[in-house]
Amino acid sequence: MPRLSRIAVRVALVHLVLGFTVGALLLAAKGGAPVPGVLWRLRAAHVEWLVVGWTVELAMGVAFWILPRFRVPPLRGDERPARLALALLNVGVWLVAAGTALGAPVGLAQMGRIAELGAAAAFAVHAWPRVRPPGAGRQAAGS
Amino acid sequence: MPAVTRWAVRTALVYLVAALGLGVVAAAAPASGLGPTTVHLLVVGWLTQLIFGVAFWMFPKREPSNARLRERLAWAAYGLLNAGLVLRAAVEPLVARGYEPLGPLLVASALCQWLAAVAFVADTWPRVRGRG
Repeated sequence: MPRLSRIAVRVALVHLVLGFTVGALLLAAKGGAPVPGVLWRLRAAHVEWLVVGWTVELAMGVAFWILPRFRVPPLRGDERPARLALALLNVGVWLVAAGTALGAPVGLAQMGRIAELGAAAAFAVHAWPRVRPPGAGRQAAGS
Repeated sequence: MPAVTRWAVRTALVYLVAALGLGVVAAAAPASGLGPTTVHLLVVGWLTQLIFGVAFWMFPKREPSNARLRERLAWAAYGLLNAGLVLRAAVEPLVARGYEPLGPLLVASALCQWLAAVAFVADTWPRVRGRG
């Protein structure tokens, strides 16, 4: 598993634990457990961590690993958009989480969404050329 | 495909159908309180469980001496996740309608699902590695 994928998957696992922890506490609160009411401010963050921080990031990390490689280096093509995508995705997730949890001006969450949009575009730029049938793509040098 | 993966994927497919079916009911009866249950059956029961099952199958293997631990963690994650989800599906709509004595079951559901995530991460984290 390449280093970028290892980073993405581990960060996704952290988001999974965060999201499930907050979700479990909120569900327990519904059942009457003595959970501080302020925790409900993390409900939107819970959704963000799980939907974007866990599933989207895991998908990106695994896709970077698994998608067809080229025959000549760099085997996974230009990795810079993929690195940018993961950086933007995590910045976006935490801006949205912080913005909604802190009741900050709408702009903070908006910036987070824009960062996530940038992440999607960057990852598409990286991944698009790798979506190809076997044998197609960059040939060996000179052929 | 290992047994726990087969169980997880097939169970996830059941949740997919159940969640979308429940979604039809929830859309027809918005006051039913089925919304959160529907969403979680879809996102946790279908999507996350599918990921759990496939990740257990596909991620780099741990040392052979840890194979038994892997199996136990995977089955624990499967069992706890589904116990928690079934409890949630059964109890949450009732608690939402005021059946407060059922509240402890919802707390148990929360704990089961959380432990399932912990078991999955405990198995998966060491398997996120490069070659060698």
